[in-house]
Amino acid sequence: MSDTGPAIETSIEAETDTARGDSGGVDQQTAETVLSARDLEVFYGDERALKPVNAEITEKKVTAIIGPSGCGKSTFLRSINRMNDMIDVCRVTGELRFKGKNVYDEDVDPVALRRKVGMVFQKPNPFPKSIYDNVAYGLKIQGKDGDRDAQVEEALRRAALWDEVKAKLDASGLDLSGGQQQRLCIARAIAPDPEVILMDEPASALDPVATAQIEDLIEELSRDYTVVIVTHNMQQAARISDRTMVFLTGGELAAFDDTQAIFENPKSQRVEDYITGKFG
Amino acid sequence: MSTTNPFEDVSDLDRKRTIGRVFVALCIASTMVGIVALVTLLADVIYESWGWLSLEFLTYPPSRFPESYLPGGRGAGIYPALVGSIFLIALTALFTVFLGVGAAIYLEEYAPDTRTTSLIEANIANLAGVPSIVYGLLGLAVFVRFARMGQSLLAGALTLTLLILPIVIVAAQEALRAVPDSQREAAYGVGATKWEVIRDVVLPAALPGIMTGTILSLSRAIGETAPILMVGAATSMFVAPDSLLGPFAAMPMQIFDWARLPQAEFQHVAAAGIVVLLTVLLAMNAVAIYIRYRFEADLP
Ligand SMILES: Nc1ncnc2c1ncn2[C@@H]1O[C@H](COP(=O)(O)OP(=O)(O)O)[C@@H](O)[C@H]1O
Ligand SMILES: [Mg+2]
Repeated sequence: MSDTGPAIETSIEAETDTARGDSGGVDQQTAETVLSARDLEVFYGDERALKPVNAEITEKKVTAIIGPSGCGKSTFLRSINRMNDMIDVCRVTGELRFKGKNVYDEDVDPVALRRKVGMVFQKPNPFPKSIYDNVAYGLKIQGKDGDRDAQVEEALRRAALWDEVKAKLDASGLDLSGGQQQRLCIARAIAPDPEVILMDEPASALDPVATAQIEDLIEELSRDYTVVIVTHNMQQAARISDRTMVFLTGGELAAFDDTQAIFENPKSQRVEDYITGKFG
Repeated sequence: MSTTNPFEDVSDLDRKRTIGRVFVALCIASTMVGIVALVTLLADVIYESWGWLSLEFLTYPPSRFPESYLPGGRGAGIYPALVGSIFLIALTALFTVFLGVGAAIYLEEYAPDTRTTSLIEANIANLAGVPSIVYGLLGLAVFVRFARMGQSLLAGALTLTLLILPIVIVAAQEALRAVPDSQREAAYGVGATKWEVIRDVVLPAALPGIMTGTILSLSRAIGETAPILMVGAATSMFVAPDSLLGPFAAMPMQIFDWARLPQAEFQHVAAAGIVVLLTVLLAMNAVAIYIRYRFEADLP
């Protein structure tokens, strides 16, 4: 949970943009903006999936994205690491800045972007390779030098999976349970040491015990990484996130604030209706 | 309380069940027609070849004298055609794997989703249905005459390549399409380039399907007679082919040649040839089935 006061991060602009706003005397180091969306819109063909989104995502915090299904949560998440590039009909306008640089600029290679912004998907998708090779894959293709074994162990430890798999690193990643597979995918994502980790409903296919493990892990990860996580589970968002974005039907970012503020005194009636389960 | 049957008013089931039984009987009958015909054919061929199929048959060249083929005779058989067919199929495999997989990867992974692409894909599917003699004529015109390869092993292999290429491309495309997008996304997600995604994730996952499709097409090619007849497979080869541009014999052609000879004994020799051809064919299919079975379990 956030230990800083509400509405601090939002007042701080990305470095390359307008001069920093007055931060109200609060420690600036803890509230660095990593990602900022400026009038970011996403279309599938002629359909607009996201209305202009303006948002600043803070470093080393967990930002949750909640909202009814089909409201554009995945669309927004996938526009951050340009995973939408793979969809022919998908078109993005506006800006999405990563450390001040618009990732949709001509000179940005989406492959380079994805090395800084890792991703974990809804359904665990390990490769049909050994546990070791799964974790080492990103290291290998990114040409990360160093002691490969140590890097793999470190990633598995951070993903809280090491103790369960250290004796069978050569076993297929597919032989693990669903929860273990998802932690393996998290290990694979963090092994090359990205700065941001995007997670799209990473626990929705898991049982409650595995879900709890993933949730603990996410809190742990936010010490070193910026985590942006989509969840359809509001309790989960409340438990694990520092900040919460609420999207509502039609792809509108209806609220973005400290998680506590969102859940305890939502500013708009529609958000409150959603939070209290009146729809969605 | 008296027990009246609560289901009394349900009266239409007997009739429906009868219709169901008739339907099943028809389906079983259809299956049997196929199986019986196949078994009869096989039994007939094996019966005809009985006593004529020996080790000598596999290791000696053909002869004009039917007695030579019999055990205790001077020794004659299918050797040059057997080796010729194996060379032919090996070369064809080499060409089709590269061309077929290359084309499939382009069409499936790279080609833009335009009308031109779908037109090309539709035409490839159509080419799979073109009669093999047409490919034979094409091979004769292009490889034998125009490219001056002559009636050679290479010309034969290239002709068979053209024949099965459409089938291999379609099979490979299907195998590539069957690789779940979640696997591609996993690789893209850790910063792989498109080429790396295809090399490390897509191809390994699609390979069993590609191999199975290729081997099944090759087993069709090995039995084809028309194309190699047009390209000019020899029937009087007494040695195995020794160069790409040299003459070659092939089993279907050799069998055809025996079958049209007047002496009754040659029908037995032809049957023995058919048994050898079928054995090679079934062995190839068995490998295909094994690959499918062995690797299916590993896929996500
Ligand atoms: N590949 C796609 N092609 C066309 N429309 C899509 C595609 N993906 C998502 N959409 C549409 O965009 C909207 C938002 O979808 P999505 O971002 O997946 O929602 P969420 O993750 O919140 O459930 C939906 O209306 C959906 O139908
Ligand atoms: Mg979604």
